[in-house]
This record gives sequence, C-alpha cells and structure tokens, in this order.
Amino acid sequence: MPERRGRFTREKWIDIGIQVGALALAMVFTTIILLAAGAPPLAAYREILQGAFGSVTGFSNVLVAWVPLLLAASGVLVTFAAGLWNIGVEGQIVFGAVLTTWALRLLQDASLSPALIILVALLAGMVGGALWAGLAGVLKTFGGVNEIFGGLGLNYVAAALTLWLIFGPWKRPGIGSMSGTEPFPDRLALPTIAGLRLSPWSLGLGILAVIVVYILLERTYFGLKLKATGANTKAAFLLGVPTWQYGMLAFLVCGALAGLAGAVQVTAVYHRLIPSISSGYGYLGLMIGMLILYRAIWVAPVALFFAALNIGSIQLPIVLKLDSTLSGVLQGALVLFVILVEGARQRYLHRSRVRIGSS
Amino acid sequence: MDGPTILVGLAGVLATAAPIVVAAIGETFAERSGVINLSVNGSILLSAMGSFAVAVTTGSLVLGFITGAAIGAAVALIVAFGSITLRQSQVAIGFVLTLFCRDLSYFLGNPFMGEKGPRLAVHPIPGLEKIPILGTLLFEHDVMTYFSFALIVVAWWWIFRTRPGLTLRAVGERPAAAFARGAQVNALRYIYTILGGALVGLAGPMYSLSVKAGWKGTISGLDGLGWIVLAIVIFGAWNPVRVALGAYLFGLLQWLSVVLQPNIQGIPSQVLQVAPFPLMILTLLLVNIGNAEWVERVLASLPEQWRKRVARILRSLRVVQPRSLGVPFEPD
Repeated sequence: MPERRGRFTREKWIDIGIQVGALALAMVFTTIILLAAGAPPLAAYREILQGAFGSVTGFSNVLVAWVPLLLAASGVLVTFAAGLWNIGVEGQIVFGAVLTTWALRLLQDASLSPALIILVALLAGMVGGALWAGLAGVLKTFGGVNEIFGGLGLNYVAAALTLWLIFGPWKRPGIGSMSGTEPFPDRLALPTIAGLRLSPWSLGLGILAVIVVYILLERTYFGLKLKATGANTKAAFLLGVPTWQYGMLAFLVCGALAGLAGAVQVTAVYHRLIPSISSGYGYLGLMIGMLILYRAIWVAPVALFFAALNIGSIQLPIVLKLDSTLSGVLQGALVLFVILVEGARQRYLHRSRVRIGSS
Repeated sequence: MDGPTILVGLAGVLATAAPIVVAAIGETFAERSGVINLSVNGSILLSAMGSFAVAVTTGSLVLGFITGAAIGAAVALIVAFGSITLRQSQVAIGFVLTLFCRDLSYFLGNPFMGEKGPRLAVHPIPGLEKIPILGTLLFEHDVMTYFSFALIVVAWWWIFRTRPGLTLRAVGERPAAAFARGAQVNALRYIYTILGGALVGLAGPMYSLSVKAGWKGTISGLDGLGWIVLAIVIFGAWNPVRVALGAYLFGLLQWLSVVLQPNIQGIPSQVLQVAPFPLMILTLLLVNIGNAEWVERVLASLPEQWRKRVARILRSLRVVQPRSLGVPFEPD
C-alpha cells in the first residue's frame, strides 16, 4: 500500500471516517434489530460492555478469544493477498486441533520433558492446519475446484471428523460425550496466569503471528510477489512469478497459522478436544480480514473488538433472554457496511483503493 | 422394500428436493446474468425463519411464502447494489451476507423456536393422481412441489428458447457485445439477481412451512444446504434441467442414506450427516477436472482407445461457467 505513514493525511482521515461511519451504521442497524426483537438496546450494549470489560476474568477471557482470532485473521490476510478466498480456515483450525490432540495422546506417557511435548504438539497443529489448507489448494490448483467450495466442504469434514473421534476412537473411558475427550494432565498445558484461563504464551504466539505476517506482506519480496499474484495473476505470471506455487504457499502459511490457533485451543484453553473446538473463529477471522481491507496493521485492534463482542454477549441469554448470536449480527452488519461505504467512496469520491478480495 | 414403498419414497425425494430445485434455479438465473449470489445459505435460513414467524403470527401460509420471497429478494438486492452499482467484490458481499443472515435468523428466530406452525397441505391433482406409478410420483404433492416441476420447464424454456433468454445468456457471456446490441446489461443483472434471490427466498418457507416444518434454530438442519445449492448450480452447468437433475440426485442419495442406515453398521451418524460435503467436493472435482491442463497432458500419453473413452466421459461431465460470471460491467 503506497501510503504515507506516520502522518494524518487527508486520506487517513477519510479512512477513519469510513470505519467510524460504518460502525455507526452497524450500531443503528443492530439497535433497530434489538427494538424489533422487543429488547432494550441500551441494556444489551451495557451487558456486552460489562461482560467484556467489567471484570478481570471477563477481560482475560476476551484476550483468550483474541488469540485464535489474531492467528486466523493474520493467516487469511496471507491468502487474501494472493487473491484467494480461504473459507476453509475454520476447518484448518479444527484439523490443527485434531493433530495436536493426536500428538499429545501419543506422547503423554513418554518420558520427555513437558515443554518438549507441548512444542511438538503445537508444531503438529501447524502441520495439521497446513495439510488441510494444502488439500484445498491442491483441489483448486489441480482439480479446478474453487477454494470456496473445497474449503467449505473440508470445514464440514473436519467438524465431522472431530465428532467421530470424540465419540469413537478417542472417547472417554466408558461413554463418549459432547464434553470432549479425556482432559490431558496439567503438566501438558501451556501455563496460564493464576486463576485465569489466559496463557501469556499463547498471547505471545498470537501477537508474534501478527508481526510476522505484517513483515511478510509489507516488507519482503515474497509479500510483494504474493500481492502481485493476487492483484493480477496473469500479469504476475508473465513477469515471472510462479503464480500457482505462490498460491499454494499462501494456503500453507495460512493453514499453519490457523492450525496453531487450533493447537492453542487444545493446549492452553480446553486441555482436550471438544466438538466446537473452534466455534467459528475461522469465519470471524475472514470477517476481520475483510473489515480491515487487507491492512495487517489493523488486525490486532479489530480482532480485540470482535473478541470483546463475542465474550460480552455470552451472558445475554441469561440476563436478557437474548440469543448470543447478537454479536454475530453486529459483526456482520459492521463488515457489510464497511464494504458498502468503501464502495460508495470509490464510486462517488472517485478514488480507488484495493478491492476486498478478487471477484 | 416392495414396489409401492419405493414409489412413495421416490415421490418423497421429489418433494424434499423441491426447495433445492427452486433455490438452485433461482441462483442459475442470477449467475447466467453474471452475478454470483453467494448469500444463498444465509438467505434460505433467514427466509425460513422469517416466513415461519409470519405464518405463525398471522396464520396465513400465503403471507409466509410472500415473506420468504421478499427476504430473498431483499438480500439479493444488497448483493446487486454492492456489486453492480458500487462495484465491490460479489464474493465478499455474498459471503458476509451469508454469515450475517444466518446469525440474524438465529437471533430473531429465538422466540419462535419449537413453536407449532401451519403446514402446507398435500393437494393430489384430481384425475391425474389415478395414473399408475406417475400419479403417485408426480401428482400427489403440495402446491410448491408442483411449482418446482413447472419452474424447471419454464426456466429452461425461458433461458434457451426465448429472445429475452438469449439476451440473458449474452449478458453473462459477453456483456459488451450484448450492450452494443441494445441490452441494458446492469439493469438486467439487477432484475435477474433479485428474481433469483426471490426464488432462493422461496426455498426457506418450502422448508419451514412444508418439508421440514417448524423452526428449531441451529438444529433446524438447514445450515449448509445453501452451499449444496451453489454447488448443484455448477454441477448443472447453469442449465435448469441438469440443475434439477443434480438436486434430485442429491435428494435420492439423502433418502438412500436414511433408508440404508440400519443396514450399514459401523458408519457413525455424524459421518453420514456430512456425507453431502465430501460428495460436493468430488462432484465439483469431476466436472472441473476436465478443464485442468495436466489432465490434457496425461490424456495425450494414454493409449488411443483409452484416451478416447476417458476424454468422452470427462467432456460429457465438464462444465464451463458463464464467461463474465463475477466480472463487473462498465457501460462507458
């Protein structure tokens, strides 16, 4: 992005105006929806804020949800840069979690240091995610199956595989249940802050991923060629970029990051494999990628906002008898309005900027 | 199983596949004009919920179905406005809408969960229902299933046998040429996208007021069907007859999996439930792989008689999408 950095140019103000305007529109829309549902909007928003920031536990849970969002969102930025719609990111998180669980099961009785076992488990997760993404990539590159359908189908397959493992080969002694596999011993968990579910290690991994992806996309030749592939595959190919190989690499990098998110869910949050191990973080990661219009620099704050919405709305069904999908409504409205407002700017202010994804 | 049971089962397949037929033909219209409406999955959920809520509240099935079509059309209008007028990525808008509509349907549908609602009655067609075999198969359905039969014929006739249909195809293939010959490319794209969206929207009440009557939130069993619809459009090569065939094939396989489940011990139900999705991938692989470059090379190295046979199979399966699908058109 050839923007001048560091100074608040007119362009940046318009940018911020768009985000704020879209946020305002999304809030107005969500308020209308709340009124239509007969719910008090202010109480609902207060409840979300309270749930996310009202207590140390609440905010630490926001950070717990922030980590997989950071990983998934920075991953999809790599595939977006290559012009690919990696909708399979959800399944890549899940398959990463599956391989992490598998590695832990294999190694939990081995006489190795716990740190080494956890490291291997995290790597297994990354490999799992990359494999699942690679499958979508191969289907696209060699089979002509659009990555949207390939990835989506693989999401369902990964979810079914998880259920099958939990109720079949990996079921708890006795009878399998929706509560997941037998929890791993504490020594095989990433250490958490006392009394909270938050692990500084996973937080570090999430932040590291954002930084690595930012540098990769904005500061390296690889990132430049990747973006050239995404912007104009034919031109990039004619200029000597091996385009399909770059596409595959983008899939693998994104898959590895998504798989790491799954690994973190297993090793730091749940300590076992559960049916909803990802609970939609992949789809949210895609939404974040669209919302920030490609720019890696915005991943962290927007992902934090999304995480706060998710955690804040958990109590809604109990306190206000509202479905917790309210957070999804607000997030969806936000992304939709950002796309529409951005489109209106391009159209009516005659200024062009990157389009979100290739069409 | 005896003959009559199988016959009733097959009639059931035609009825349960009806929403998919209608939605997939709706999407076919939109995509023929060059617009991918990726919101199908969310659209169906939202219109299923909305039409059920309206039908429960007012007691009117007709109002329910009108609501469903209106919701689908409204969502399609957003896709059309965002992609045609504002020239944003169709995939981005459709994808956000599909997630957004899904969450909206679960949020707004919460109070209606598990309520008892009206259900479309079966209307055998007098006289015709008496025909052996065909009577049971085709003429003992509800009105929307008859509508789905008629839609297949009308859509095929419209797209391939009329002048407006010719223009529609031209708009999706070579919009510049169509424009030069006087076609209002973007206006037509709006019309067909919204019309297609209304048909997709009808699929919602066809589930919630007929095939899978009721609204059960996340366990309604509708989530995911929209993606199958989109895949069937590709499998059907944007031809209403072949699209309908794909929908029936899908319905048949689902029925078989239910009927045969007691006989196939050892396959857990979770696996059968998602079986459509790997199947979807395989199908798309089959119809697209003929376009891949490496396949040509492999074919060329095969012995003569083999090459011909494989090439013929691949060619008969192969689909080529409308050339301007997803490409914005600027008149100036």
